[in-house]
Amino acid sequence: MYTEKVVEHFRHPHNMGKLADFSAVGKVGNIVCGDVLWLYIRVDKDEEGREILADVSWETFGCTAAIATSSMVSDLAKGKTLEQAIEITNRDVATELGGLPPVKMHCSALAAEALGEAVYDYLVKQGRPIPERLRLRHEHIQKDVAALEKRYAAFLGADEQAKGSPGCGSCT
Amino acid sequence: MAMSKLVYLDHSATTPVAPEVLDAMAVTWSETYGNPSSLHSAGRAAKRLLEESRESIASSLGVRHDEIVFTSGATEADNLALIGASRARAARGGHIVASNIEHHAVLHALDALRREGVESTLVEVDEFGRVDPAAVAAALRPDTFLVSILAGSNEVGTLQPIEEIGALCQKRGVLFHTDAVQALGKVSLPLDGVSLLSASAHKLHGPKGIGFLWIRKGTRLAPLIHGGGHERGVRSGTENVPGAVGFAAALRLAFAEKDQVVPRMVRLRGRLLREVLQIPGTRLNGHPSESLPHIANFSFAALEGESLIMRLDEAGIAASTGSACSSPNLEPSHVLLALRVPISMAHGSLRISTGRQTTDEDIDHLLEVLPHAVSELRAMSPFKVGE
Repeated sequence: MYTEKVVEHFRHPHNMGKLADFSAVGKVGNIVCGDVLWLYIRVDKDEEGREILADVSWETFGCTAAIATSSMVSDLAKGKTLEQAIEITNRDVATELGGLPPVKMHCSALAAEALGEAVYDYLVKQGRPIPERLRLRHEHIQKDVAALEKRYAAFLGADEQAKGSPGCGSCT
Repeated sequence: MAMSKLVYLDHSATTPVAPEVLDAMAVTWSETYGNPSSLHSAGRAAKRLLEESRESIASSLGVRHDEIVFTSGATEADNLALIGASRARAARGGHIVASNIEHHAVLHALDALRREGVESTLVEVDEFGRVDPAAVAAALRPDTFLVSILAGSNEVGTLQPIEEIGALCQKRGVLFHTDAVQALGKVSLPLDGVSLLSASAHKLHGPKGIGFLWIRKGTRLAPLIHGGGHERGVRSGTENVPGAVGFAAALRLAFAEKDQVVPRMVRLRGRLLREVLQIPGTRLNGHPSESLPHIANFSFAALEGESLIMRLDEAGIAASTGSACSSPNLEPSHVLLALRVPISMAHGSLRISTGRQTTDEDIDHLLEVLPHAVSELRAMSPFKVGE
C-alpha cells in the first residue's frame, strides 16, 4: 500500500524533533482525526541577504503517511525562501514520495498546511504583512478547527490531550 | 540480515489452516468431488462427507445435527439470524436489542432492517466492555422479538454473560442470537437460552469461506439466498463440502487440544498484561479477567496505532489496531469508543491475539520490540507522556 520512499522516510525520518532555536511554528491537525503535525522553522538570511528557512523540523502524532510526509516536507522546505516555501503544495509532497494511497492524501495536505502556518506564524511575530493567499488558508484552517471541535464535542470532553490542539479540516 | 520467521499475533483476524485440517480436506478436492445433491455414487459420497461434518460439529457443540446450517462465513450467519428471523415473522415492524460493541455484520444488518421497519436499541456496555443483563431487560419492549449479543468481543476480548441474557430471553419469550466467532472452542458456551449462534472456521485454524448458523429446532427463519432449497431451504447453493469438512476437523482439533492450548493462552495473556502495562502511558482496553483467553487490547498515549503496526511489522510481528488511520473510513473503532476509551487513546490501540501455536518466545520477541517502537514513535510526537 505504501511506496518504498514512504517506508524509507517512515523508517528513517529526516529533521525529526523540536528545534531548540525556532523562529516560528505551524500547528495543524487534530487528535480527533488521528494526525497532529507541529512544524518548526528557523529563519535566517542567506549570503545574498534573502530570508530563508535555514532549518526545519517537526513533531508528528500520526500514521506512517503522516510521518513520511512530515519528513518529506521538511526536506523540501529547507533552504527555501519564505516565498518559495509557501508555494510547496500537498501534491509536491505526495509526488516526491512516489504517491500516497488515496485515503492518505489528507496527510500530505496536512504537511503543506503546517508549512504555510509556520510561515504565517513567523510573519505575524515579525509584524509583517501577510500575503492574501496565506491569510485565506490560515482562516480556512481555523474554521475547520471550530467545525471539528463542535462535531466531536462529546468525545473531546473526555479527552484532555485534545484540548487546545488545532484541527484539520481535510478529514472531516 | 536473515529473515526470521513471522511472529503472527493477529489470530482474531484470521488463523493459518492447521495441518490436521488440510489433511481432512485433501480428499474433497478431486476424489470426493461430487455434488451432494447428485443421485450417483460420487454425489452420495460427497453427501456422506457433508453430513458427517455436520454431525461432528453438532456433537462438538452438543446440539442436533439438523440444527446446523452451513453459510459462507459468520457475516452471512449473522445476517441470516437477524434478517431471517425478522422476515419470518407474520407481523411487520418489531424490535431488536443488541449491544453497541457488536460486529459490523450485526450492526449493519440492523441498519438494513431499519429500512424494513424493524427498530433496534443498542445497549451500552460499561468501561470494560460488559453488557449488563439488567440493561438488556430494560431495553426489551412488548414488540421485541430478538436479542443479539456477541459471546466474546473480537476487539477487546470481553466475555458477555450469555447464560444470564439467555435465561432472561427464555423467560420473556424472545429469541437470543449470539455471535460466537471468537468464543467457539475457547470458552464454554452455555446454550440453554440461546436460539441462534454464528460461527466461522477461519478463526480457529479452519479454511476461509465457511461458517455456520446453529438454529435451535422450532426457530423460524426466512432464507436470504434463494435457489435449489439446500440446507433444508434455509440457505440455497451447492454445499461447500471442502469447507464443511475443514470446519468439522478444525472444531474437533480445537476441542481435542483445548485443555493444553487455552491454559497457555491464558498464561501468555497474563504475561502481556503484566509486562505491557509497565510501559508508561499504557492502558488495557477490555476486562482484566472476564476475557477471551487469546485477545489483549492495549492503548498507548501520544502515538498512533497504524504507525505502531508498521514498526512491529518491520520487526516481523503481525498485530492489529483500532486506529482511525487503519480503517477505510478514518473513524476510530466503535468498540473502543463504546468502552469510553478517550479518543486519543483509541487512536493508539494495539490488539494482540494469540493462536494455538503462539509460544513464550513469540511473546518475548514482542516484549523486546514493543517498548522501543513505542518510545521511537513518542519521540516523534508533539504529545509527551506524563505531562
